[in-house]
Amino acid sequence: MTSVTANATGQPGLPLWLLFELTYRCPLQCVFCYNPIDFARHSRELETAEWLRVLREARALGSVQLGLSGGEPLLREDLEAVVAEAHRLGFYTNLITSGVGLNEARLAALKAAGLDHIQLSFQDSTRELNDFLSHTRTFELKRRVAGWIKQLGYPMVLNCVIHRLNIDHIDRIIELAVDIGAEYLELANAQYYSWAHLNRDQLLPSRAQLLAAEQATQRWRARLGHRMRILFVVPDYYEDRPKRCMNGWGSTFMTVTPDGTALPCHTARMLPGLVFPNVRDTPLREIWFASEGFNRFRGLGWMKEPCASCPERTLDLGGCRCQAYLLAHDAAAADPVCAKSPHHGVVVAAVARAQRANASERPLVFRRREESLARSPGDE
Amino acid sequence: MTVPALDASARPAIARGFRLQWEVAQGAFVLLYPEGMVKLNGSAGEILQRCDGNRTLSWIVADLERVFARRDLAADVVAFLELAADKGWVEWRPSAERPGAQS
Ligand code: SF4
Ligand code: SF4
Repeated sequence: MTSVTANATGQPGLPLWLLFELTYRCPLQCVFCYNPIDFARHSRELETAEWLRVLREARALGSVQLGLSGGEPLLREDLEAVVAEAHRLGFYTNLITSGVGLNEARLAALKAAGLDHIQLSFQDSTRELNDFLSHTRTFELKRRVAGWIKQLGYPMVLNCVIHRLNIDHIDRIIELAVDIGAEYLELANAQYYSWAHLNRDQLLPSRAQLLAAEQATQRWRARLGHRMRILFVVPDYYEDRPKRCMNGWGSTFMTVTPDGTALPCHTARMLPGLVFPNVRDTPLREIWFASEGFNRFRGLGWMKEPCASCPERTLDLGGCRCQAYLLAHDAAAADPVCAKSPHHGVVVAAVARAQRANASERPLVFRRREESLARSPGDE
Repeated sequence: MTVPALDASARPAIARGFRLQWEVAQGAFVLLYPEGMVKLNGSAGEILQRCDGNRTLSWIVADLERVFARRDLAADVVAFLELAADKGWVEWRPSAERPGAQS
């Protein structure tokens, strides 16, 4: 969200941006999946009536942008009902989908329900993208879906997650995006959380790869002009200052997971020692303004050194709490992407490994149910 | 997006994919678009509110001057609409089109 400024004072703003992760179920198995590692342990999804109630509570709080993702949101048969209620309430509705499972009738029903925008994503880094690059099934699927999307008058927005294994094909990816008539292409490097963190050494591109991809993107931009806009997002491991995360913890965003847990960011669930409230038993207003989970990292008061006395602290708000936890094992530490962090060496080492031809010998871990169960402690 | 030289009879409209709406919680008009939002200041909201693809630029200027009891708003309105068209918020319907030819 662009013009919304986070405040460093800790005064909570409004949850303008609401993300519903409607389900963790998904036909794909992306190696960079952003769903939690233990997704298979969270199987009790909210009922339709519960999602609709949360929509009403959120709208009353001032939420206005709604993202519908997953998993694959099309697997929820009540997706149309959620869109219709959101539209009635005045939300701007964005569907984030791989397009798998979409057909013309379903898309028409979503349009009739008031859906405002569709982002079609390339997700699966191996099969799906290989298919696409070799012009087979996936290419045909995306082309068909793109055709329907355009017919209904939506802009065609394509998103492709970029990483070490596909970044060298950037020319082909852009060319195929042009072929299917995309108006906007987002080439975002994987962010190293959840499954992408497990697979980080296999996914982090080298400096030379990044440079070549950026140059290729520049050439296409010059050629395509306004016909297709391209956004290229570099992995933050190659920066020396962190990004401000989610526009500031608890300042603008709220995610509701399939089981109703409310989070300030879709990866925050991994942070230990923080209890996040559930929409099943807590009103959204209380969640946003009064819960420990949302208040914990608001503003600047929670900071330690080097952030606490850093002149840049109001700019990046210390970076990402999940990255701090994953890399420095302390959610209140400076994001180790920052060159001032005492843990910055972890990032430097990962980047150094990425320059080697064989960055990792380990096999990729696919986001599969069995892997999820094997990697997370069970309740049984 | 091509912006024709601003013709007083051209009719500005909120661009496809954008939606203008009043947000009670923010006490402001906002412009919504895919995965984004712009909160508008008072005058931007007043101008965009009138850009329905039917009213002409000259009608919009005259109406704003009447409502705000001013006589000199044309230059400001044109400057804002040029900026808005440049950002892709507004598109122009040509004056030649018959009213009602678009919904
Ligand atoms: S990242 Fe891939 S596996 Fe994960 S939810 Fe999205 S499409 Fe499914
Ligand atoms: S020390 Fe902390 S506040 Fe300063 S730039 Fe680094 S992450 Fe940001």
